[in-house]
Amino acid sequence: MSDHEYTPKSKVGKWFNDRLPLLTLANHLTDYPTPKNLNYWWTFGGILTFCLITQIVTGLVLAMHYIAHADMAFDSVEHIMRDVNYGWLIRYIHANGASMFFLAVYIHIFRSLFYGSYKSPREIIWIIGIIIYLLMMAAAFMGYVLPWGQMSFWGATVITNLFSAIPLVGEGIVTWLWGGYSVDNPTLTRFFTLHYLIPFLILGLVVLHIWALHVPGNNNPVGIDIKKPSKDTVPFHPYIVIKDGFALLMFMIVFAFFVFYTPNILGHADNYIEADPLVTPAHIVPEWYLLPFYAILRSVPDKLLGVVAMLSAILILAALPWLDTSKIRSAVFRPLYKQFYWILVADVLILGYVGAMPAEGLYLLVARIATAYYFLHFLVILPVLGFKEKTLPIPLSITEPIMGGSPNLATAKNKESLNK
Amino acid sequence: MSEKKTDRRDFLFTATYAVGAVGVGATIWPMIDQMNPDASVKALASTEVDISAVSPGKTITVLWRGKPVFIRRRTQEEITEARAVKLEELKDPETDEDRARDPEWLVMLGVCTHLGCVPLDQKGDYNGWFCPCHGSHYDTSGRIRKGPAPTNMEIPKYEFVDANTIKIG
Repeated sequence: MSDHEYTPKSKVGKWFNDRLPLLTLANHLTDYPTPKNLNYWWTFGGILTFCLITQIVTGLVLAMHYIAHADMAFDSVEHIMRDVNYGWLIRYIHANGASMFFLAVYIHIFRSLFYGSYKSPREIIWIIGIIIYLLMMAAAFMGYVLPWGQMSFWGATVITNLFSAIPLVGEGIVTWLWGGYSVDNPTLTRFFTLHYLIPFLILGLVVLHIWALHVPGNNNPVGIDIKKPSKDTVPFHPYIVIKDGFALLMFMIVFAFFVFYTPNILGHADNYIEADPLVTPAHIVPEWYLLPFYAILRSVPDKLLGVVAMLSAILILAALPWLDTSKIRSAVFRPLYKQFYWILVADVLILGYVGAMPAEGLYLLVARIATAYYFLHFLVILPVLGFKEKTLPIPLSITEPIMGGSPNLATAKNKESLNK
Repeated sequence: MSEKKTDRRDFLFTATYAVGAVGVGATIWPMIDQMNPDASVKALASTEVDISAVSPGKTITVLWRGKPVFIRRRTQEEITEARAVKLEELKDPETDEDRARDPEWLVMLGVCTHLGCVPLDQKGDYNGWFCPCHGSHYDTSGRIRKGPAPTNMEIPKYEFVDANTIKIG
């Protein structure tokens, strides 16, 4: 892992490190050579780690007061809000923390899309990231069920019913997921168990994600391979630590704004009504971060195909390293891709908006066009663009555009072959 | 190159794998099956409902196996409308006679066959039910007419115990 041998200075440190090389690991993490041109879009990895830790800590505390039972869950959440010391604060941090987590992960994903961070040799980092994203969605969905309000209950009903679209075994799977003939107490208790488990699975995958990242090192805004360590890199500590820390502070201001000033704006008022299996709320909407996929689900008039389209929309991301045929990573040097990138951003935002609206009339038409474009982007535009696009010349190094010259012969050779 | 011959050791390996696979399967199955409906859930299989207070044009909703069941006493117009529909017009062809043995009483699961919401009574383009979740329209016989739901609303097993009581399940 480390580029040089490390020996602890103290005798005790050396004794310990010979038996368990934790100090070597710490040294690797401190000295880790990082591209010196990383911009603030690169600070969201650190922010996401903060989000995960926040969710785990507040979740542990909430679990000390929450009761996972259909008759008591709703009241126990109100008990947390009214009676438990600082219970309101802890719950609002946890509930808004989920939204902040997704806000950060979407920025993190779209950063990768812009700078081509998913391309060779970083495919495994990307795929682990997609698995983390899927687990996040599962954890968020099951967490939303726990307060046992109307949106919890009917959200759980609609999402678990997605599995009934599977031919032949669908109904059996749904009954198995529910542990009954409808969403009820057995469903609640198992969702609580899984909601508790998943964050620790994510934690394990985050370790793999970072491990896989430290093999090739970070991508960077220019998107070229750089020599490490060289004058193109800076050590992770203190340079990146300080930058990440500053970005985290800015992020925490946004976080605190939601927690202290509008703690319920991202939730749904219907979830303050206790679950009632006889009454479906007039307008069921998932949490904001799932809306684009919900819009894709509803835009297809067939039940099975709707579910297939929704799942494909997520899973297609895992194939992205092979769908994008361009050798140039960064959109900075891809004039056409840059435009299509922003169209995709707009397309996803439009899907999110129509996902929150009733599925009828103009909204449905817009949802269908946006869904078609989403798949067109990944399945047609990206593969074709790699062959047709006239890319701009890439610099020899990060330093070159400013200072001239290149510290890296390999990059220079690579550039020649790419610019042919 | 020596020819690979099957010997006693290969047999032992295969036998060990086979026994191991059976053991793993036998251990995993209880872990999976524990999630299926338990005995107490299955015990709530049937319920009896008093329908004497239901006047024509009214629907009552009762809970059966955690799911709502609509019991609607239909008006004459509704029955006529439901029976006049041609089978070719239906997405999931089924006659009203099959769905409501006693034409006055329609007993069905109040669960949209799309994703399980409870449709609203007396709404939608066909004067029957309308699902607010994803916009499925059902007619006065509870048959799917428009929207994403694939099938008609399900008719549970039920019988008239006497003139005023229906037993569901």
